[in-house]
This record gives sequence, C-alpha cells and structure tokens, in this order.
Amino acid sequence: MSAVARAARARTAEGSSWWVYAAVAVFALLVLGIFLSAFLNSIASSWFGGWLPDGYTTRWYRFALAEFDLGYVLWVTVVVGVSVTILSLILGVPAAYVLARHAFPGRSPLLLLLVMPMLVPPITYGIPLAAMLYAAHLGGSLAGVIIVNIVPALPFVVLIMTPFFEQIDPNLERAARTLGAGPVQVFRRVLLPIALPGMLAAGLLILVRAIALFELTFLVSGARSQTLVVALYYTAFAAGIRPAQAIDAMAVVYMITGLVVLLAALRFINPVNMVIRVRR
Amino acid sequence: MQRAAGARAGPGALPTARHGGVRWGPLVPIVPALLVVLVLFVYPFAYGLALSVHPIGSLAKGGMLANYAAFFGTPWERASIWNTLRLAVPVSALDLAMALPLAYRLRRPLPGQRVITALLVIPMTLGTVLLAEGMIEFFGPAGWANKVLLALHLVRMPVQFVHNYTGVFISLAIADFPAVFLVLLGYASGLDPRVEQAARTLGAGRWARLRRVTLPLLAPGIAAAAALSFVATFSVFPSAVLVGEPAGSTRVIALAAWQAAYEQFDYPRASAIAMVMAAIELVFVALVLAVRNRAYRGPTIGGRG
Repeated sequence: MSAVARAARARTAEGSSWWVYAAVAVFALLVLGIFLSAFLNSIASSWFGGWLPDGYTTRWYRFALAEFDLGYVLWVTVVVGVSVTILSLILGVPAAYVLARHAFPGRSPLLLLLVMPMLVPPITYGIPLAAMLYAAHLGGSLAGVIIVNIVPALPFVVLIMTPFFEQIDPNLERAARTLGAGPVQVFRRVLLPIALPGMLAAGLLILVRAIALFELTFLVSGARSQTLVVALYYTAFAAGIRPAQAIDAMAVVYMITGLVVLLAALRFINPVNMVIRVRR
Repeated sequence: MQRAAGARAGPGALPTARHGGVRWGPLVPIVPALLVVLVLFVYPFAYGLALSVHPIGSLAKGGMLANYAAFFGTPWERASIWNTLRLAVPVSALDLAMALPLAYRLRRPLPGQRVITALLVIPMTLGTVLLAEGMIEFFGPAGWANKVLLALHLVRMPVQFVHNYTGVFISLAIADFPAVFLVLLGYASGLDPRVEQAARTLGAGRWARLRRVTLPLLAPGIAAAAALSFVATFSVFPSAVLVGEPAGSTRVIALAAWQAAYEQFDYPRASAIAMVMAAIELVFVALVLAVRNRAYRGPTIGGRG
C-alpha cells in the first residue's frame, strides 16, 4: 500500500473533522462577541439599544489613563510579573533538574509537596499568608505582592521543567564531567543553553498567569501595589462611581497586555508540548 | 547496586546511590525551592489551621471548634458550600466533555491547527473583569445575544443571563476551558498511535477502541484536568460577584471566607472557612484519583515511546 493510500485510509478511519471547526467557530464567536461588546463600549460616545454604538471617541482611554493612574498600575503589573517569573525560575529550575535526574528516597512525596500549592485554592493559604506578611510589615508593599505570587508559580516551573530535563540526554553531562567540568560549570555551560527554550516557554506561561492571578494579589496588595487585575476588580466592583466605558477601556488594555505575552509564548512553543513534553 | 538505582529511575536518571547509601550532595539545589514552599505555603497553612481553632469575639467561649460549628450551624454560611459545588462540578464536567473530543482529534495535525489552538487558548488572556464587563453588555437586555434571540423569534422577552447563576456559569465555563484543553491536549498528543492501530488489527471497533484503549490511556490526563479545573472553579469569587448574585444564589465559599476576613476582620473564622474549603478540595481530588485508579493502573505516561 502506498503512503498516500495509507494516509487516506487513516483519515477515513479518523472520521471527518468538520465538527472540530464548527465547535471552535461557536466558541470563538461567543468569545469574540463578548470581547467586542466590551471593546466597542470602550470606544463608544454612547450606546443605547442599537446594534452598534451611536458614535465613537477615545475619551474613555484618556479618562482611564488619568483617573485610574493606569500608567502606574501597568508599571506595577510589569514589575510584579517579571520579578515573579525570574524568581520562580531561579528557584524552580534547579529543583526540577534534581527531580528529573536523581532517584532518592522520598522523591515522590517531595514532588507532591512542591506541586501541592497548585492543588489547593489560593485563598486557603492566602488569608493566613497575608496576615503573616502584614505582621512582617510587608503587607501592602510591592515586595509582599511579589512574594505571594511566587507560591503558585513555583509548582508550575517544577511541573514544566522536570519532564523537560528528563528528555535531555544525560550522556552530555557525563561527557562534560569527564572533560573536567565541575557541577556549576556543567549547569552553566551545558544544561542552561539546552534548557533555555524550555525556560523561556515556562517563563512566558508564568508571566501570563502572574498577570492574571487575582486572589493572592487581592489579599496582600495595598493602594500603591495593585496589579491591573486587582485595580480593575476594585473599579468594576465600585461600578456606578465611574463610567462603565472607562472600566471597559481599562479591561481592554489588560486583555491586550496578556494577549501580547500569550501570542509571544505561542510563537516560541507548540502548545502540544506546553504541559507535557513527549520524550523521544 | 549503582546499576539498579539508575535503572529504577529510568534511562534518563543519573545514579545517586553508591555503595548502598544515598549521596545527598547532588540534591542540594532542591533546597531553596523546598524552603520557599515550607515557609510560604506549609507554614501559613498550619498557621491558618491553628488560628481556626482559636475563636475570638463572641465565639471565644464556644471551645476549639466554635468557628466550624458556627459555619456549619448557620444555614446562610453552610449554603455557600452548595452554591460553590453546584457551579464547580457542572462547569468542570462541561469543560471536560467539550475539551476531550477536541484534544483527542487535535492530537494529530489538522489544517489550521495553530489557529485553532490559539483560538481555544486565547480566553486565558481575557481576564475575569473583561469577561464580566463584556458579558454584562453582550448578555444584557439590550445586548447582542438577546437581540439575536429576539430577531429569530426564539424568545418574546429578553432573557436574563447575568447577575444570576447562569452568568457565573457561563463566565467560569469560558475562563476555565483553555487550561482543561491544554492539559488534555498534552496527554492526548503523547498517546502512541501504534497502540490503537494494534487494537484495530485485533478487530476492535471504533467504540471498543475508545472505551477499552484510548480512554483508559487518557485517564491520568482526564484526572489531572478534572482536578485542576475543580481547584480553579471551586475557589472562584471575582466572577461570582461581578456577574453573579453575591448576596444570594452565587454567594460562594471563597466569598464567605473573604467577607469573614476583610469585612468582619475575624481571621480565625475566615481561616476555619478556608480549611473547610481545602478539605472539600482534597476530598474531591482524592475521589478523582480513586476513579482514575479504577479506570487504569499503569505508568502515568502510558503509551509513550
């Protein structure tokens, strides 16, 4: 049987796939409709009852920029996101390497412990953690917000990077060791260059999650350390005080921030390998 | 001995055991991460547990379990568990049911694969508030959803989609879907196609292959996705406030904990509610794992070459 015929048979065995496109189209239409509703409202001078707004304006963006101190909030969001990403990579990558390479008694419980913060709702440890940080005079500060956000980010690094290290051939390290490299040198000169794409992928994903993570930041942040999500929640929660269009304008800025990072992530990594890497 | 230790960890592992003992030196790099988890997760959790059995205020005389007794004894507080479960369980089930066939079909490339995955993953970036604000307009009485339904004469009056249970349900189902899909896609694309081919060669029909081969192999992925999805939906609260009915049918348990801590400044009672949350969560995860073990026992990454 020729390769083409075999492929054709495989395709018929799989069945037709129109339903995939139909399902994706329905889902995408729903999401697009919701996004466009918010987006059009954010550039609408007014919108009463019609299919489309009555007129368009950029004043809500200018209003949001001035009224919500959007520039500062964006700056806090970037500082928190980038710090959390870098710190959790520094902490998580060596741990993932050890878990991937060494069999030692207690490895499974240790892995479970490191992944545990992902399995428990953030609010359960967030409330006492916030109380702890306030006692240490870190509550409401930028440092406090960064510290709490590391907790759910770290398990994510371990979970992504452990399978990644597992698929790197250990002979590369053995060869480097034979040639006289010390453990630090092996890590810096051999492992790090190989692991960089994986780290970049993990880093971008953590950045997306850190930007979106709400509960912990909400519990710890003060007036000057709110990230975009938290600032948005407060303005949306106090709806009626500020025009809905200005809230939408801010929400659109938030979405675009996250979208840029996500699209960058999708360029670097195939989402198929995002969660579990197939060992070849 | 050395060989045995290496073999146990699979072909990728460097041997750690030597002369029957364990060399702890190479394990040092794990220490910083471990310390962070111990200080920032285990300790606060233990602190919360200790706090919860030291009631304050009017509950102080009620003994160690007064906070728990107050939570379970007040119908309004107790109802928050049910309010949360009736969102978290159906939303997780619906997202799994939608994501599973898609992930299974997309494990092998389809024309437009990258666009399809991007479209399914993008809602990750929407954020609770944009989703909520957009939904209030899209599903509002004058929004596009009701306009379409009215124009098609499917309804006579605008349907109320938001500021109730339905609103939170839709919002959660959309926000939770990308993560569920990605986890399942990761597992589905790791399936070895030869296993299914072998089943076909042996005469198994489509349904038999799905039920006896594919689903059991995917069981670990389904369990992981179910657990993660339940964690996310069970701890929901921004959308329960913004598109729900926070004073009524969508007063979820996370909101109850938050109100105790930040509106009544009763940290011990808030901690008790948080502990109830964690307990329910862990019971659910244990249930999922038990079901998974019934469905399939074997290597977690079964079927991978």
